[in-house]
Amino acid sequence: MHLHFVDYAIIAIYFVFVLGIGFALRGRMKTSDDFFLSGRSIPGWVTGLAFMSANLGALEVMGHAANAAKYGMFVNHFYWLAAIPAMCFVGVFMMPFYYGSKVRSVPEYLRKRYDEKTRTLNALSFALMTLLVSGIDLYAMAILFQRLLNWPFGGCVVASAAVVAIYIYLGGLTSSIYNEVLQFFLIVFGFLPLAILGLKAVGGFAGLEAKLPNAGYAHTWANIWHASQNPMGINWFGTIFGLGFVLSFGYWCTDFLVVQRGLAAKDMPSAQRTPLIAAVPKMFFPLMVVLPGLVAIALDPSRTKYLSGPQGYNNALPAMLGKFYPSGLLGIGLTALMASFMSGMAGNVTAFNTVWTFDIYQTHVNPGKPDRHYLNMGRFATVFAVAVGIGTAFIVLKFNNLMDYLQLLFAFFNAPLFGTFLLGMFWKRTSAHSGFWGLLSGILAAATHYTLYHFHVIFYPTDMAANFYQAIWAFSVCVVVTVVVTLFTEPRKEEELVGLVYSLTPKPRNQDLPWYERPGILAIGILALCAVLNIIFW
Amino acid sequence: MGLDIRLPIGIIFTLYGGVLIIYGAVADPAIFVNSLGVNIDIWWGAAMLLFGLFMGILAFRASHRGAS
Repeated sequence: MHLHFVDYAIIAIYFVFVLGIGFALRGRMKTSDDFFLSGRSIPGWVTGLAFMSANLGALEVMGHAANAAKYGMFVNHFYWLAAIPAMCFVGVFMMPFYYGSKVRSVPEYLRKRYDEKTRTLNALSFALMTLLVSGIDLYAMAILFQRLLNWPFGGCVVASAAVVAIYIYLGGLTSSIYNEVLQFFLIVFGFLPLAILGLKAVGGFAGLEAKLPNAGYAHTWANIWHASQNPMGINWFGTIFGLGFVLSFGYWCTDFLVVQRGLAAKDMPSAQRTPLIAAVPKMFFPLMVVLPGLVAIALDPSRTKYLSGPQGYNNALPAMLGKFYPSGLLGIGLTALMASFMSGMAGNVTAFNTVWTFDIYQTHVNPGKPDRHYLNMGRFATVFAVAVGIGTAFIVLKFNNLMDYLQLLFAFFNAPLFGTFLLGMFWKRTSAHSGFWGLLSGILAAATHYTLYHFHVIFYPTDMAANFYQAIWAFSVCVVVTVVVTLFTEPRKEEELVGLVYSLTPKPRNQDLPWYERPGILAIGILALCAVLNIIFW
Repeated sequence: MGLDIRLPIGIIFTLYGGVLIIYGAVADPAIFVNSLGVNIDIWWGAAMLLFGLFMGILAFRASHRGAS
């Protein structure tokens, strides 16, 4: 791939704007609430697109294109079975508790609903997971630019990390959210021509279907009934319960990286609409990542050209960019890739600095300081998280399968946490002690399952199947232990749980909103549209 | 928070659209063999330009409504 002056100019303009947004917001960061929560002042469409974009990291974009080349349209399940229903659920049912209880982070909700030890366990595991994940985006970006353009790995890592650190340091969460919105539009405009040109090159959908290695590639659901019939090696139970329920709801409903965007919204209806607005572009995202992956395998079914080598599938998206984009548009496409890496990394950094500052530092290390002190700690944590991210980028360099690494971490930490949340929010009897023991045993169950799988005591056809079942086990053990401990311990007083538990909280009044702004109606419309997409691409 | 994000988005997309259109018009047509013979720079540049202007107009109108 060869870049011209115009491509470098386009990339340079992007960096100027990203940093410019940080500088423009610098003077507005006066309190810790401004820095960590954007002063709860951002309109719903902005937080919605940021919610979508924070999740659009390197793995999302390049990983799912690679998966599509490998597994075909089965990958659509990550969107239409997993993400969309979970996003509707968090918007309609869970956002009222997150936003309404005025908590500043997910662990803080756990302190109010359960107790201090539950919060601390979650804060520590989340901080650890975020640091382990934050290097992946840096790694993917650097390795890509090293391969495509021969830019040095170390230089790419440090330079892109420095840009993310500067704009968050200056403008906190607001800067991250505003940049995510800019990045969202760049990603859409950068990848959409690829879908159009790719489809044109293979002769439309009919031509694409004819050129795929086998008919199963062109179907989302048709091969789900038996593990042996689909390339991911997972049957309907593992897919629907493991991915569609535990992993997806665990991620979208409890991962602070995405929930934090909703907390920055200016009012309750905007907070509820945040994931719903995000769900609309999310639904059509397979067009931009799955389709290029399918085009790549259709053009190179024997994997000798674009997808050659052991890491070949990971090249699907960049190889298609190089094949179809002329200079000029190539600059836009590479900018879109960089934008996705940066938005993914920034999401991790803002989530980490908030949880570290409020739930660990302010609670256990140094409580009772003036607000200014915590604002500065947030800035310091930003720099720290980015520096550790650089370190993990070099650790990740030693591993070769990124998607498994990520889903493994989710199955460890998010899956049991979702059980704790589900019981805490919807069963008022759940006692204060039970949360901690349920969460801890869920994480231990995940660790046990991982050890048994790792040492070949139990078998799965693919690593992804193992991850799905690990999530199911972690979630189930968490739920069972929480229920059992609850039955042997004192329930909490009902008046303490108002605003934290579904049955004890007044429902948000949406009667005065026009119908198209009511979360319930929006969610039903989104789910109906999603069902139609599932049927079209059955 | 004071800053209307539609303004920078409008500016950068207008700028990108302009750059792509100009480059597409002056570049050697041979480079468009990649994009199946379509001068995608001009077409996609025009799409980005329109989007940029649209965002810019929204931001402009909002700032004037706020001022009056």
